[in-house]
This record gives sequence, C-alpha cells and structure tokens, in this order.
Amino acid sequence: MIDSDVFVQSLQNLGVNFFTGVPDSILGGIIAELMNRRLYTPAVREDEAVGMAAGAYMAGKMPAVLMQNSGLGTSLNTLISLNMIYRQPCILIVSWRGQGGKDAPEHLVMGEVMPQFLDTMKIPHRTLTEKTAGDDFKWIAEIYQKQQIPVALIITKGVVKGLHP
Amino acid sequence: MTMRPEEGTLISRAQAMAAVLELLTDQPVIVCNGFPSREAQKIADRPTHFYMIGSMGNAPAIALGVALAKPNKQVVTFDGDGNVLMGMGTLATVGALKPKNFIHVVFDNEVYGTTGNQPTISNVVPLEKVAKAAGYAHVVRVLDREDLVYEFKDLLKQDGPSMLLVKVNEFQEEAERILLDPPDLTKRFMKAIA
Repeated sequence: MIDSDVFVQSLQNLGVNFFTGVPDSILGGIIAELMNRRLYTPAVREDEAVGMAAGAYMAGKMPAVLMQNSGLGTSLNTLISLNMIYRQPCILIVSWRGQGGKDAPEHLVMGEVMPQFLDTMKIPHRTLTEKTAGDDFKWIAEIYQKQQIPVALIITKGVVKGLHP
Repeated sequence: MTMRPEEGTLISRAQAMAAVLELLTDQPVIVCNGFPSREAQKIADRPTHFYMIGSMGNAPAIALGVALAKPNKQVVTFDGDGNVLMGMGTLATVGALKPKNFIHVVFDNEVYGTTGNQPTISNVVPLEKVAKAAGYAHVVRVLDREDLVYEFKDLLKQDGPSMLLVKVNEFQEEAERILLDPPDLTKRFMKAIA
C-alpha cells in the first residue's frame, strides 16, 4: 500500500502545483494530505474542478483534479469541449468505484464500463499499482507534456492508504 | 411568467459589453460560450481575452482558476444568465474562497439567445442576490449604460469577489464565429497573461 504523503509527494515531484476536485472515500487519505500541505482547493462539481484546473493551467500552473469515477460523467462535456479541443492538459486522479461489481448499486455501471468509456473519449489512462508506481507517475507526466490533454491515473481501493485503513 | 425583458431594459448586450471593455485594458477576460464570445471578439479582440466555444457554465470556474493562480491580477469573466444558471454551484465556490481579484460580469437577457431565444428563468431568479447570499463581497444590478459605467468603475477599485449584473435586451449583434483555432487561443491567452 502506498502512503498518502508519498503519493502527494510523487505528484509534486512531477511539478503538479494546483490541486482541486470533489472527494471520494478511496481518495480520502490523499485529500487529507493535500489539505495538510495547504495545496487543495475544493470544488462543488467535477466539471467546475476541471474548469478551474484549465484556468490554473493557462495561468502557468500544472493542475491535478481528484474525483470519483462518477465525476467523469459530470465533467465529460468540459473535458471534451474545453480541454481536448483547446489542448489544455490536466492530470485526473480518478478512484475506481464499482470495480469488479463489488460496490453500491449506483457505482456498478460506471465501474464496469470506465476503461472503455475513457478509451472512447480518447483520454489516456493507467491504473496505479504499488509495484509499477514509479513508471505510472513517469508515464502520466510524459502524456501530459507530449499530448497536452487530460490524462487519468486510476486509483483502486486499497492501493493508496485511506483515512480508515 | 412575466414578459421579457422584465424591466424594460434599453441596451443590448453588445452595447453593454462595449462599455465594460472601454474600462478594461490588459486584465484577463474569460468570455462564456455562444454569442457573448463572438460579440467580444468583434468589439475589441485582445490577446488577454479567452473566448469559449463550448463547456457552457464553466466561464467563472476557468476565471477562478486564473484568479487563484495570479492573485495580483484582476480577473474578469463575461457570463450570461443561462450560463450562470447552469454552473450555479460556482457562485458558491467563489463566495466561499473569496478571491479579491475576481469580477463577474453577467449580461442577463433572460433567454438562451444563441439557440433561438428560449426563456431562461432569470426573470424570476435574481442571480446577483444568489451571488450575494453565496458570499460575494459586492453585487450590483444595473439597467442602463450610465449606471453600468459608474458601478463598474467602482467595482474595479474594490476588493472582490464582485458581480455586476447588467440587464440587457435580446438583440444579438451580427458577429462571426471565433476566428482562431482553440489551441491557438490557449497559447495566445497564456502568453498575454504570463
């Protein structure tokens, strides 16, 4: 299991310096760590978070947006009609609720289709594991720099230490 | 439903926008999608303008991101009533974060003008009061050009977040689509505000 402070430090090491989003339980530890470091600007909807990140990017920041995968649905139009067409990159830290069909009913449909959904939207994505973490972060930064579009790092339950381990 | 425009508004959005742009110089301006962006491009195309062609409802969110990242620059967003209603949660985010350098100008014509003047609900929902309740430091509602100029000059001198809501009529200026490609708009804007 990756510690939340190691996770946040890894993103900061990539140059990420603007964090916003909407919480999820899987991301609880990461958000608590970001708040400890006074780095987190809370948003009320994921599309708003993506919009704020786009503004911060244009003002010289390297942004990351945290969200549960349901937020991909909420922010879809912003991702495709702002970020993709204007070439405004951001790092999406997305928790994979509903993975393997083991979750509350509202998460099951998105939990099942999320990888195909991201493929269809042409949003590059990779699922973080403890073993490959170094490569995963490197890959994220490369896509961000080269393609200048949103890139998603998927967080499954138990990979990053939460608030209630 | 009452008739629109509610209070017998005299000026068009383009006239109101021209009056505001005359008072601005090199402040970043995020302009919402639809005709407001086209009209701003026609009235005064400046590299500090970011014209949106999609992501309706997100203009103040983008402006907020710029304002937080550039706390020493006054950041302006041009918005519409349909846009504010769509992204109303952002009034709360702005009201809670209270960026002093954030000025929200809403051109309220009570219709979705770009899609054929279907009514919004801003004739019965006073958006500046929503912003005030959410925590904006100053909100003003104006109906004519003279008040607009007076109040906007005043807001430019004050700490925000502020909202200037201008009641405008439904008239839509003949204005062509946004000329630059979206990635070029991003680059131009980034260079201009760097």
